[in-house]
Amino acid sequence: MGKLDWNIFFQDTGGGQTYLQWLMHAWGWTLAVALLALVIALAVGSLIGIFRTVPNKALSFFGEAWTELFRNIPLIVQLFIWYFVLPRIFPPLTQVPGFLLAVFGLGFFTSARIAEQVKAGIQALPKGQRYAGLAMGLTLPQTYRYVIMPMAFRIVIPPLTSESMNIIKNSSVAFAVQVSELLFFAQQAAEETSQGVVIYLVVTVLYFISAFVINRIAMFIEHKLVVPGTVGAGK
Amino acid sequence: MNAALDFSFVSWSYVSSFIVKGLIFSVELTLIAALGGIVIGTLLALMRLSGKKWFVAPAAAYVNLLRSVPLAMVILWFFLLIPLLIGRSLGAELSAIITFTVFEAAYYSEVMRAGIQSVPKGQVSAGYAVGMTYKQCMQLIVLPQAFRNMLPVLLTQTIILFQDTSLVYVIGAYDLLKGFEVSGKNFNRPAETYLLAAVVYFVICFSLSMLVRRLRAKIAIIR
Repeated sequence: MGKLDWNIFFQDTGGGQTYLQWLMHAWGWTLAVALLALVIALAVGSLIGIFRTVPNKALSFFGEAWTELFRNIPLIVQLFIWYFVLPRIFPPLTQVPGFLLAVFGLGFFTSARIAEQVKAGIQALPKGQRYAGLAMGLTLPQTYRYVIMPMAFRIVIPPLTSESMNIIKNSSVAFAVQVSELLFFAQQAAEETSQGVVIYLVVTVLYFISAFVINRIAMFIEHKLVVPGTVGAGK
Repeated sequence: MNAALDFSFVSWSYVSSFIVKGLIFSVELTLIAALGGIVIGTLLALMRLSGKKWFVAPAAAYVNLLRSVPLAMVILWFFLLIPLLIGRSLGAELSAIITFTVFEAAYYSEVMRAGIQSVPKGQVSAGYAVGMTYKQCMQLIVLPQAFRNMLPVLLTQTIILFQDTSLVYVIGAYDLLKGFEVSGKNFNRPAETYLLAAVVYFVICFSLSMLVRRLRAKIAIIR
């Protein structure tokens, strides 16, 4: 094994920046992809999760189909579809930067998992709450808005914590569509400098830190929102 | 670029010359990593539940370390480290098989841990009471039930594993996805071949998960 050379981070990449600067940009892209995808995944996933619990047959079928579609195709293949296939079918998409396509790809992929959690959360509530809301004259959307979702969201927060860590890990797949995030940096920089071990070590540590910080933030939210008297409360 | 998708290049000889080789490797990788991962994972789970510090700590460190690093990064690590350690390259395919076995063991061990914990403690006590050793208790009472209880979860994890094998893309191993990619370059039809790849992965994974769902229902009735 060759000597580990930590100075490579201060070397110029040939593009007017040091490897350290490139690394920091790559970290920024990783966080940007992951966090934006998380926002999309939470919004879409909640909606689809709700669809899967409503009495309307068409909506619940749509929800099921959505979940199965995005759950049964590998993420990397989904990103290729966003990047290579959809712009062919919808030419305006060629104007959209690849970074955003990756965000949507990762977001929709994760939405299927979040929909699953949201559905489970809604079904965990006693049926009586739904009936009580409807009996009081609330419409179905009002029942969801004021009775079901405020409880369901607080129940599904713990699984969403682990999902938010997964999204950091899964954002690494965006390397496949040329997003200059951490894994892409690791691959390229290792090749250019032949200091693979040093580069991989640093990148792995940054993934650790990112996942750890997200986990702490999510646990803080979890702690604030826990429903008294349920599992996880009283700690 | 022409907007209409053109699948005229698809034929049996296309499938046999590009896709079959990749599919065989993907399935091989999935099966070896699943079997190896379940065996190592079960050992890790037993270590973590042994209550002995010298077993618990290394097993916990192994599982937590691998579970917090992206799989693609782990694949890169092994591809870099194996040649440094043994002095020669094993090739992308063999390197992928080793990586996935080691990596998936961490995930299977969490499943097996839950499975072992799902067996009531009283049964272990009963085993000890009739004079069984720890090994006999585990082998004859706990593990058979743990496997049975966790069978649907183990199979679901294996479907996820099959999807994850597509990440060998990062080191260029020739798997199912690579087969589609190479042929896409060959015929200059990348959009069409990626779409086909999605359809093939979907059909395989969706039908397998339907089977698992059935199995789950069946097991639920018997118990």
